[in-house]
Formats: sequence, C-alpha cells, structure tokens
Amino acid sequence: MRSILFQDKTIFWMGLCFLSLAIAALFLPNWIVNNVMFGLARGLAVLGLMLLWRTGLVSFGHALYFGIGAYGVALLEKYTGTTDIFLRLICAVIVSAIVGYLLGFILRGYRAIFFAMLSLAFSMVMYGILVKMEVLGSTDGFSVSRTTFFGWVPESKYALLLSLIIVCMASAAFVQVYLKSSLGQLSTAIKDNEIRVEYLGYSVARAVHVKYVISAIMAGLGGGLIAMALGQVDPDSMVNWTVSGELVFITIMSGAGSVVAPFIGGVVFAFLSTYASEFMPHAWQLVIGATLLGIIFFLPGGIWSLIEKLWKRGERHHG
Amino acid sequence: MQLFITILIDGLTYSSYLFIVSVGLTVIFGVMKILNIAHGSFFAWGAYGAAYSIGLAANAGFPAWFGFILILLSAILVGLVLGVIIERVILRKMYDQEEVVLVLATFGIFLILEDLILLVFGVNPFFAYQPMAYLGNIKLGGISRDVYSLTLLAAAAVIAIGCWYSLNKTKWGNILATVIFDREISLAIGINVQAVYTATFVLGTALGALGGAYIAPTVSVAPGFGIDIIILSFAVVVIGGLGSIPGAVIGALMVGILRAIAVHQMPELELFVVYAVMALVLIVRPEGLFAPAVARKI
Repeated sequence: MRSILFQDKTIFWMGLCFLSLAIAALFLPNWIVNNVMFGLARGLAVLGLMLLWRTGLVSFGHALYFGIGAYGVALLEKYTGTTDIFLRLICAVIVSAIVGYLLGFILRGYRAIFFAMLSLAFSMVMYGILVKMEVLGSTDGFSVSRTTFFGWVPESKYALLLSLIIVCMASAAFVQVYLKSSLGQLSTAIKDNEIRVEYLGYSVARAVHVKYVISAIMAGLGGGLIAMALGQVDPDSMVNWTVSGELVFITIMSGAGSVVAPFIGGVVFAFLSTYASEFMPHAWQLVIGATLLGIIFFLPGGIWSLIEKLWKRGERHHG
Repeated sequence: MQLFITILIDGLTYSSYLFIVSVGLTVIFGVMKILNIAHGSFFAWGAYGAAYSIGLAANAGFPAWFGFILILLSAILVGLVLGVIIERVILRKMYDQEEVVLVLATFGIFLILEDLILLVFGVNPFFAYQPMAYLGNIKLGGISRDVYSLTLLAAAAVIAIGCWYSLNKTKWGNILATVIFDREISLAIGINVQAVYTATFVLGTALGALGGAYIAPTVSVAPGFGIDIIILSFAVVVIGGLGSIPGAVIGALMVGILRAIAVHQMPELELFVVYAVMALVLIVRPEGLFAPAVARKI
C-alpha cells in the first residue's frame, strides 16, 4: 500500500496539481473559487460513476446519493445543530454507505438498461418523498449554515475549498489504489466477459457490490460538500433525475482513463454552465446537450483522451 | 361512493393521458431498442404547438371546435419534423452503440429541444382553454366534470385499438414484427429496415406530441413541461414491460389509478407510490408485468 502510494506516477502528478490549485486559489476571485468548488464536488460523484462505467454499468440515479449526502448534512444541522466539517462529512459517508450497501444487494444482479432504470427508480422514490414531505423541507429544501472547523468559523471560503481539495485528493488516491488491486482490476474483465471472471474464481456479484458501495460513498461525499459550498439543499437541483443525467454527462465528458479526469470534467462543466447561462440564459442546456452529442460522436474517450494525446506528443518531443 | 367515483374518473383520465404519451415511448423501444428521454421534449413540443396555434386561431376568429384539428395537426407536424430530423441526422449514426450510450444521446437531444422551446416560444406560459370551454361540463355521479378530459378516455381507447389492430392484423404489423425479431434476416429478405425505423420513430414522436397537445388545453403550458412526464412514462412502460403495448395499457392504468388514490387519500405519497411500484416491478419482474416471453437467440 505504502509503496504504491509513493511509486504511482498518477498520484504524484495529481498531488502536484491539487497543491498548485490550492495555492492559486489564494489569488483567484471569488466566483472562480466557487465554480472550482462546485466542479470538484461534482467530480467526486463522477469519480464514483466512473468506477461503475469501467464495469460497463451506468447508474441513472446517482443523484440519490448526491441528495443523501446533501440532506444528511442539512438534517444533521437541523436536528443536532452540528456544523462541524468532520461530523458533516462522516454523516454523509455513513448514510450513503448504508443505503448503497443495502440497495447494492438488489442492484448487483442487474446490468445495462435495467441497472440504469432500477437506479433511476430508487432515486425518484427519494425525490418523491423529499418533494412532498413538509418535514423534509418539501420543494424549498433547507438552508445550510456556514461550515465550522472544530469551533472555528472561517471568514472566507478558502478553508472549505482546502478541505474539499483534501477530500478529492484522498478519494482519488484511494480509487487509484483500489483500481490497481486485483478486485479493482476485475472492472474491465467483468465488462468484457462475466462468465470467465466467475471461472477464474471471483464472485462478480461481490465485485460489483463493492464498487457500487464505493461509488455511493463518493457521490454522498460530493453531495455533502456541494451542500456546504452552496449553503442550501433542495430536491430539484440535487435529487431530481436531471441531476443524475448531468452527472452521467460529466462522466462521459471526462472519460474513464484516469482518476483525475472526473475532477477536470467537473470543473470544466461548472465553467461551461456558468458561461453558457451568463451569455445565453435561454440556451445553456442547448450548449450542454450539443456538447454531449459531440463527445459521443467525436470524442468517445472524453477530455482525458485529449490530454493523454497531448501528453504523449510532448513526451515524444522531449524524449 | 362519491369519493370512489371521483378517484375512478380522475384515475382513468390520467391513465388515458399517460397511455397516449407512453405508447409512443414503448413502440420506439420495442422496435429500435432506444429508451428515448427526448420523448419528454416531443410531449412538450406538441403541447406548445397546440397551445400556440389554438391561441392564434382564437384570435383570428376561428370557431372553438377548430382547436381539435389543430391539436391533431401539431402532433403530426412535430412527429414529422422532429421525428425525421432526429432519426435521420442523429440516431441513425448510433445504432451500433450500446443501449446506455443511446439513452445518453437522447438525453443530449432532450436538453437541446428543451432550450429550443424557450428560444421559439419564450418563457411566458400559454393558455389554450377554448376547446375545453367549448365542450362544457357534465354531471357524473353528482360531480361536475369537464367533458374534454373525458374525451381523453375515448382517444386513448382509439389509439390502443388502432395500435393493436395495425400490429396484429396488417401487413405493416407483420413487417414490424419481423424487424423486431431479427434485423439482419429482415434485411436479407428485402425489408427496408431503415424506412421501418424512420416510420416507427415518426409514429412514436407524433404519439408523444399528441399526449402533450391533448393535455395542453387543460393546463398552463410553461417551460419544463416535459421534465416530469418523461420519468412518469418510464415508470409506465417499465411496469408494463418495455416494448409491450398491452403492457403500456396496464402500466398506465396502474400508475393513473394509484396516483389518483394517493392524491385523494394521502397527497404526500403522490410521487412515492408511482416510483415505489416501478422499483418493485423491476426487482420482482425486471422484464415488466406483461412483457412477452423472449426466445433466446444463439
């Protein structure tokens, strides 16, 4: 474990990127920092989706865990008054892990369109409950107070951004290590041929279940963090099916080539939607939709495949 | 008793409306294996087309019954224009992709069409009450009901019977069955599969648009009109079995009546019951309650 963490090139470069981002954020204007935060938080959920995507599974209902994380943070504050970041994150992780673990028993037997539909159904059940229940905030949701750090209430959002970066970094490193493990390397094998994997002596159902729980936790973390960054939770922008669609869109746009890709994709998406809604308030979905079609047609490997190409070209020039 | 009748009528009208929208979705899936999210936009386009043209016609002094013709015309127009463009230009290049990638592509189309509505019709809601006012009200079991909503029942019945008849009793239905069963063999025996796909997609699109156009006079047509209905019709077709027309009837009846019961007895559960049943059906019988048994091809 220790040797992988230090030898792995991806983790080294990723650490460098996140570190420079943390330093750069000190000098960046507020709106950029905000967009980066939304992008990274979504990126966490996308990291989870990428894990499933590598196995050939598309969850069209990951807004479920996004919402569970976000509402976990909001309800924790409502009932206990807790605003501490660690307790908030722990709450988001535990609740999404429990729900993911339980639903995983059912979902692990499903593939392709049925997996997508069943996860959609589960997320819409949650949406239906949230929208109609007064106790759970109904369509208005709740506001979320400023995050505290062991009683310290920071003035700027920098402390939150820094914690977000640390969580992303840790999650990406964890997923990287997981993908290198034999359980993780089964991903593509399961996608290619499940029966052979079974013959090799592994349980496909268990491998899928583990993956599902990890991805649920990632999405829960992302949802909890976006609730903190936004200061507000509501069903339509966090649990409705369009959010799941958005997350899957970012997954395709990012590409499954690397654990860094989801964060790049998340940040690109945040800026894309901000700019598009700024300059074309009635046409930003059009831009997003056209981008999605364009990527399916012309760039099936996502943004990451572009980066990889540029990287290789650079290496050839220097080496 | 009165409550029972209210629930029954509410449930049946809502089911009819759901059926008209969902049958287009299930036909497209059955033939082309595309789970079409853009169907929600077809629905919204139909609604906007009908509401807009009925408003224009009323201002120009046309009689109110003319609205019914406009409803039908908007559905056909949306089907022909959007259906042909989307199938020919975008989907045709994607048939070799995986099903989930196709779902995503239709999600992209959905987003584009949603904003095109804003660009064409603006953000203000449309009201096209004329056809509904024209038909007036009727007393049913002591409760006043608008006749217009009741005509939905007749429309749904006509569509259901029409679909069943053309699929089972006509040459066109036989061709469709062949294409569904095996695309390659159909090509080999000289069926123009491309044309069948285009025709199916246009038909499905027009049915989705008809659902929207028909419901337009009873509501205010506003942005975001197609967002909720698409997932509801997913629930309908999943419950009944993807690709099955009798399944769509059963699914629509179940969802419509369950929802009506919930609305009158426990409003908090209105959405919950629908999706809970959808999840339950997927867990117990993923192929849907009424999906035909499929022989495995080797």
